[in-house]
Amino acid sequence: MSVNTPPKPDLRDADRAGRPSRERSSRRPSRLAAGPFRPEVWRSPIRGPWLTSFLGILLVPAIAVIAVTGLIDHWAHYPQFAGNDTVGPSSDIPSLFHFPASWPSWSYAVTQGTHVILGLMVIPFVLAKLWSVMPKLFQRPLVRNVAGALERISLLALVASVLVEFATGILMMEEWFPANFDANTVHYYGAWAFGTLFVLHACIKLPVVRRAYRERGALKPLRDGLTQTKPEPPDDGGLVPINPAAPTISRRGLLAMVGGASLAIFAVQAGESIGGTFRRLALLAPRGHVYGTGPNDFPVTHTAAWAEVTPAMTGVDWRLSVVGAQTVSFSRQQLLAMTQSARTLTIACTDGWSTTQHWTGVQLATLARLVDAPEGAILRAITLQPGQGAQALVPSLYNDPRSLLALQVNGVDISLDHGYPARVILPNVPGNFNTKWVSELRFEAA
Amino acid sequence: MHLLAHLVGLAIAAFAVDRIFSGGDVKELLVLYLAFVIAHDLVFVPAYTGLDRVCRAAVARLPRPIRGGPPVINHVRAPAVISGLLLIIYLPLISRRNEGWYFELSGHYLTRYLGNWLLITAVLFLASGLIYATRVARARLRPAR
Repeated sequence: MSVNTPPKPDLRDADRAGRPSRERSSRRPSRLAAGPFRPEVWRSPIRGPWLTSFLGILLVPAIAVIAVTGLIDHWAHYPQFAGNDTVGPSSDIPSLFHFPASWPSWSYAVTQGTHVILGLMVIPFVLAKLWSVMPKLFQRPLVRNVAGALERISLLALVASVLVEFATGILMMEEWFPANFDANTVHYYGAWAFGTLFVLHACIKLPVVRRAYRERGALKPLRDGLTQTKPEPPDDGGLVPINPAAPTISRRGLLAMVGGASLAIFAVQAGESIGGTFRRLALLAPRGHVYGTGPNDFPVTHTAAWAEVTPAMTGVDWRLSVVGAQTVSFSRQQLLAMTQSARTLTIACTDGWSTTQHWTGVQLATLARLVDAPEGAILRAITLQPGQGAQALVPSLYNDPRSLLALQVNGVDISLDHGYPARVILPNVPGNFNTKWVSELRFEAA
Repeated sequence: MHLLAHLVGLAIAAFAVDRIFSGGDVKELLVLYLAFVIAHDLVFVPAYTGLDRVCRAAVARLPRPIRGGPPVINHVRAPAVISGLLLIIYLPLISRRNEGWYFELSGHYLTRYLGNWLLITAVLFLASGLIYATRVARARLRPAR
């Protein structure tokens, strides 16, 4: 039996009686410390630099993809125009990417769907990674020197920022944010904080990862079943237990469980982004509700009722005024009498869900020419929705031949919830740029 | 070198925090971040560790169908972990928090989520049990492995 007799019998040993825990280190348990601050209470035999390294290395590419798709979404809002995003242009970096006109109209749906789905799928890995380093939190002495203190603060900030980043992402997706903050702002700047600390952490820990892989093999520990699972050799990082319990799960067993959780999240979530019959599989996704088979039976982010748009506002008296160098007013009949353009376009919400439908209407570029829109003008589509501002749309967006003022969907008039009498529909923009219940198209000199 | 890197990293993080609340209440935001750390490190982790201990104790009392066979505990852990994670991620929907607002917004009630989650949980435990039964049967067929 070990000299480090645990202070109270551990049930892990009860499971496999007769297997003594071995003395693995010359470090003696501190008699002064209490509770989790005693190193000997951290007994999981699978904790160690290899496991933490393996989880960390899996997270690096996933976080990179989430960060890039997140930035693409941010820039897809054209945040250089005040009012396009809750993050103002005055305190932001320049937009470095916009979807080229040659890219298919579902490109944003793919990047944003990836951002949300992958973001949810890494949660089990993040939690497992945090579990694997829990003893570090209680390591004593709490602070060794100035550099050690800074590293502790930066790790605390890293953990805090990853938790807040995922929490704000989930809550925005579920349309519920209890705190007194703008979730989008916290999510965006929080991502810069998290990203910086994550890169810093990865760089600093790279030697630890390389050492663990060199000594243990990058994948070799995955070959061990439960009976071959042994603790890693003693480390100076404080992850390997000095008083290990008998294993109850192998490392690959843990990774299978974490990966299984990740796949389960994909299964209940992805259908709302892929759409079609897959929406039926999105059992827990916020926008996975199943609709009927009618031409207007597809999801909306905001109903007309929520937007306080009533049938009275959209009746026969409705007129669309298009304002450029001159102003022209159209009735719905007049718009329908113009050359109609038919396009299959995807609405993709920042929340991650998307839907692809067949739209018919007047090309925005046609309307721009009709009113002699100034060269390089930005377009603002004013909605009937009370109190709702209008985003600035750049010429490359409204001059795209796919960009429509849609009057019909799937061969019938669009319903009130989908933006009757007319809505804007554009390729590769966040869903809220497809303004519904349009009353005015204003081409403003930039 | 590490010292310098940390100073730079923390400076950028501090700048980001400052941006979120340019002129606003930074204290409130820091409390939010700290609350998440405390909730995870001092509530969530001890809670699932404790739950795991209770489960292991319960499972240890069960008769083992076969010596050296597959461990029962992991066939409880896996479905419990997956179901628990789904519950945490989709809790605002499953608990029908904020349903009135959600209905106005989307035209849907949140009635389906609790049932779906229970269904998924049941399927996960059933599948895990079936896999366990298969493993035990295979271990019995090949006792000398």
